[in-house]
Amino acid sequence: MTKFTRAALAASVSFMAMAGSAYAEMKIAFIDPLSGPMGPSGDAAFTSYKLAFEHINNEGGINGEQVELTGYDNKVSPKESLVQLQKAIDSGARYIFQGNGSSVAAAIIDAVNKHNARNPGEEVLFMNYAAVTPAFTNEACSFWHFRFDAHADMKMNAITDWITARDDIQKVYLIGQDYVFGEAVAAAAEKQLGEKDSSIEIVGNELHPLAKVKDFTPYIQKIIQSEADAVITGNWGQDMTLLVKAAADSGLTIPFLTFYGGSLGAVAALGEGSIDTLYQVSEGVTNQEASDEQYALIEEYKQRFPDYDYYYHRAFVAAEMLKAAAEKAGSNEPIEVAKALEGLTVEGAYGPVTMRAEDHQAQQNLYISTVSKDVKYGVDNIDLGWVLVDNGTIDASAAEEPTTCEMERPE
Amino acid sequence: METIVFSLLNGVIYGLLLFMLSSGLTLIFSMMGVLNFAHASFYMLGAYFAYTIMGVSSFWLALFIAPVLVGVIGMGVEKWGLRRVHANGHVAELLFTFGLAYLIDEIVKIIWGRTSVNYQVPDSLNFTLFTLYGADYPAYRIFMFFVAVAMLIFLWYMLKKTRIGLIIQAALTHPHMVGHLGHNVPLVFMGVFGAGCALAGLAGVIGGNYFITDPAMAVQMGPIVFVVVVVGGLGSLEGAFIAAMLIGILQTSAVSINASLADIFGFLGLSPASEVGEITISSMAPMLPFLLLVLILIVKPTGLMGDREV
Repeated sequence: MTKFTRAALAASVSFMAMAGSAYAEMKIAFIDPLSGPMGPSGDAAFTSYKLAFEHINNEGGINGEQVELTGYDNKVSPKESLVQLQKAIDSGARYIFQGNGSSVAAAIIDAVNKHNARNPGEEVLFMNYAAVTPAFTNEACSFWHFRFDAHADMKMNAITDWITARDDIQKVYLIGQDYVFGEAVAAAAEKQLGEKDSSIEIVGNELHPLAKVKDFTPYIQKIIQSEADAVITGNWGQDMTLLVKAAADSGLTIPFLTFYGGSLGAVAALGEGSIDTLYQVSEGVTNQEASDEQYALIEEYKQRFPDYDYYYHRAFVAAEMLKAAAEKAGSNEPIEVAKALEGLTVEGAYGPVTMRAEDHQAQQNLYISTVSKDVKYGVDNIDLGWVLVDNGTIDASAAEEPTTCEMERPE
Repeated sequence: METIVFSLLNGVIYGLLLFMLSSGLTLIFSMMGVLNFAHASFYMLGAYFAYTIMGVSSFWLALFIAPVLVGVIGMGVEKWGLRRVHANGHVAELLFTFGLAYLIDEIVKIIWGRTSVNYQVPDSLNFTLFTLYGADYPAYRIFMFFVAVAMLIFLWYMLKKTRIGLIIQAALTHPHMVGHLGHNVPLVFMGVFGAGCALAGLAGVIGGNYFITDPAMAVQMGPIVFVVVVVGGLGSLEGAFIAAMLIGILQTSAVSINASLADIFGFLGLSPASEVGEITISSMAPMLPFLLLVLILIVKPTGLMGDREV
């Protein structure tokens, strides 16, 4: 490299950095519950993104543009979300992050599709980090939607594999929230258990209202009466915490296989009763082997946001993938970023994450974990924390599910 | 059989908790003719105060101090807030309590954060009292039952058997006459408002750690308390008690019924495969109180035991 090019490069970099701090901003909207019963779920993710984009900004932003992250409270209501989405788009946000509630995600996908069809050149992208109804990357897939979390069928695959490997589980009880996601979880469990081991009996299939039940004791009585050996639930937020709390109070100590057992307060509610009874499937466990960098991140998060624990690993992955794609495309224009995201792989802290091009479903390792006492990182500010179970690692290739997506791509 | 026993037990305890909340609300209504929209917020304050007090001392201290604190705040609200607004009529009062509910919500979020706090059942009560049909029954539930019953007896005795109760009852229906007789009616009003809030606070103390203590607990409890008061009949304590029990038992037992609407109305030709037919009774449980509210308003607008129209 000649002296001249080096100087030119330095000048352009400093110019870009200047431009970044002075004018250009990449606006990102985060739409999720930030108050109310599901507020903690949204806020825990929001704080994760805050930290992730702060790191990115400190390293010079995305293509030289500083990220400006704004939170919009949707109160888990699809109707409210559309109002917030319009507000976000009007304020110039071209990237929408949302995750809590598939009913909300479905509304946003629809709205984003329409917006992009009507406003060519002003497209927005929907980055879904937690709404896991399989349809979004199957029959209802969209070019404008990317999912960074494993969907319900993939997670259920991990759970049903674990159950069929255990000989002592013959009767399974399904309980979930009464909306599209809860239905998807129940359907996946029924189908997969039927295919994998026909001797396993489903002794209950219950849906309860979303975020409305205060006392789960009557549901727990039903589970006890059904003589189930294990419970599968997709519950999240308060519905998760109260469910296991009621189970503990009623002395029900069978395994709870959950998607979101890591919801704030669930481990604290159960205390030591959660050891070997509470299980979850996630894309990473804080107490598993990782780089020092990752450990530092976990500690920084806890220090900054002491109310929460490092849980939304996929939020950090999503932010990293957005940056990687934008830099690969050399542009922050959503349509270019979307094309660059397809097939992109980043090296995550718990294994590589690839955005499958056909359906925009992230493929990553899944881990089954349970609660243990002797851990590096506790949760809920007590000394219990999540650890990997034996054979708890499900390789990305094993977790992968086929898709029926036939995506319409823009020119 | 076990389903019935459990539903009754849990339903009665939930009903008693609802009554604890709604008794204060219905008292305040009969006194001022205004529904206190901020009532559930006092319930929330009770839980948060108890959490804080428990952090520095013990649950037992919190059980007494927290409701008193909430009561004092309630009296302050009546004295410096409601009483002034009262001159401008009922709508102003209604709006005042409505705004107050939001204010308390936001203050709670500022002080204790937006997420739930770890308000736990005290260790001395955190054990299994007995085992019933293979399910443990936590001692704390029975404790809740006894606190509620003790409160019920105390309230009844106070209102029906003491001179204070006599004056309160008189002031509820004939405030001017009581005033002319030389009693300090504003003081009575302030006392009743404070006591009503203290009852809500007590419900918060014992309900907050059994359910969950977060800034949303007021918003979630609010509508159901209004249902109890309206179904029971505005201003009627007996009505509130019956309605609270009815709703408590109805809601908990509905959860344990697996039958769907098609099973019940099948004879009318409702198919189990249809959208309406496949709805199960258990999934309708949270809706039932509101269904009851609508039915009561159609059939008996004064409520079960009330004597005035809503």
